[in-house]
Amino acid sequence: MRREPFFWITISCGLVIMAFILLPLIELMTAPSLAMLKETIQDKDVVRSIWLSIYTAGLAGLISFILGTPLAYLLARSNFRGKRLVEGVIDLPIAIPHPVVGIAILSVAGKNHWIGQVFSELGIRVMGSVTGIVMVLTFVGIPFYLNATKNGFEGISPRLEKVSRSLGASMFSTFFRITFPLAWRSMLIGIIMCCARAISEFGAVVIVAYHPMIAPVMIYERFEAYGLRYSQPIAVWLVSISLALFLILRLLTIRSPKEV
Amino acid sequence: MIAVQDLNISLPEFDLSDINLSIGESEFFILMGPTGAGKTVLLEAMAGLVPIRSGKIFIGERDITTLPPEKRDISLVYQDYALFPHLTVLENITYGLHFHRIDRAQSEVMLTRLLEILNLRHLQGRLPVNLSGGEKQRVSLARALMVEPRVLLLDEPLSALDPAFREEVRNAIKRLHQSSNATFLMVTHDFAEALSLARRAAVMNNGRIEQVGSIEDIFQRPSSTFVADFVGMKNLFTARFKGTKAVVRSLEIELGREPSDSIGYIAIRPEDIVISREAIASSMRNSFKAGVTGIFDQGFYYEVHVRAGEVTFKSLITKRSVFELQLREGTEVFVSFKSTAIHNF
Repeated sequence: MRREPFFWITISCGLVIMAFILLPLIELMTAPSLAMLKETIQDKDVVRSIWLSIYTAGLAGLISFILGTPLAYLLARSNFRGKRLVEGVIDLPIAIPHPVVGIAILSVAGKNHWIGQVFSELGIRVMGSVTGIVMVLTFVGIPFYLNATKNGFEGISPRLEKVSRSLGASMFSTFFRITFPLAWRSMLIGIIMCCARAISEFGAVVIVAYHPMIAPVMIYERFEAYGLRYSQPIAVWLVSISLALFLILRLLTIRSPKEV
Repeated sequence: MIAVQDLNISLPEFDLSDINLSIGESEFFILMGPTGAGKTVLLEAMAGLVPIRSGKIFIGERDITTLPPEKRDISLVYQDYALFPHLTVLENITYGLHFHRIDRAQSEVMLTRLLEILNLRHLQGRLPVNLSGGEKQRVSLARALMVEPRVLLLDEPLSALDPAFREEVRNAIKRLHQSSNATFLMVTHDFAEALSLARRAAVMNNGRIEQVGSIEDIFQRPSSTFVADFVGMKNLFTARFKGTKAVVRSLEIELGREPSDSIGYIAIRPEDIVISREAIASSMRNSFKAGVTGIFDQGFYYEVHVRAGEVTFKSLITKRSVFELQLREGTEVFVSFKSTAIHNF
């Protein structure tokens, strides 16, 4: 059968995009020699910064999970005046330029704002601290968690919850016995997306906390100070470790064929 | 028993107004009405799942209006089964036991009985995704009754099933009602279902109850034109069955088949009843001499009432036929219908 020109256009565009995404990444991953990679991972500063990146992103995911789940449920289950507005507010962090996020957070957490003053009274430091990094990462990551989880809840028929209630289960029991077991995959995907977004953040973090140095800031610093060759190995390690973590989490969400 | 008093509900696109309904202890009650009449909303309001604006709901003497759904002793069966997809058949059925203090031995007896009546024993370990529609609905019935509710609400439980399974599940519902103390309230569109299961029914339209009464009354003495239109099948009679014949008062009607019960109902659609001036020689097994007792203009059609012996038949015929047959009150006619046009329950 002769293919139509339209078919060839779709194929060619697809190939161009694949190449555009993959070529630089493959080039990056294969550039450093094994010796170079080994040397880099023995550098205590590098290990510390990669670890900091992973655990601050993980904390952002955890905070999103704890604080975001009830809101995601509310948005999935009820209609109220201003729901669209709330949904718009949730998507704001995706649209705002990253350095602006950092500046915005500092303007609330800084000494000139009463919240910042309360924080400093309590001994909480935001500027240049792990607290500040986690705050920024949660800010940029939480929309991804909320949207994925909301979609997950929407996919569960409210009738299942109604039947559960009629059989004697309270709202809490219903949530933990019915809703959560059916939605945990979406939640986990939400956490992965939230963490992935958080681990890639640079612009906002660099404003709030240059030190302690997360991996993207360190990559930038090495690039500035020593050039491409010295920044590549750290990038390779960061990308490999986070991809491996996400892959493991993603495997958990694959359904066995006998499940729905 | 369950009673609803002056119930009003306002939802964004829908209102229920002035609902009054009283269903007896252990009664089987049918709720009918077109799509969008508010039947599901009424059921969910009784179960406490929809907020109400005013009115009261009682179970027995107890006012349950402000109780949360889990404290009402009302179970639900939906058309789409609503089985918990992550739980096995057995876990679905026993789900409610987590929240009820029911003696273990007693619940074992209950479980055995339900598995028996609903023929679910061999399916206990399966997940819902591997069940047929009929099996799913049987599981959902078992799950609802396992907690021994005071009231069971069934929202079109048979509508989604293939005809082959429908009768099987209908019979199961009938057996369950006979062997339990619960009051059953079922929504259905199907009059054969209604007649075979219940004695009393209500017809809803547009968020209001149009008529409550015995099913026979609703058919024969509809209180509004809406109900009359809605029930459609206007010739409904109680009958005794003798061999292949149905005896309605003094009239012997040939069914051409032998019903399993000795007593029941027969129904004939008005458009299946033929009126003629002379006795017609045809394949119609039933032909009776009758007199016209009334002629009513229905727009495109006339509804003609004819009386044969002590039985009044309602027939729908065209204006032209009325004119050609020169029908008026008192005219002597023959009324005929095929035995295949007769439904018996």
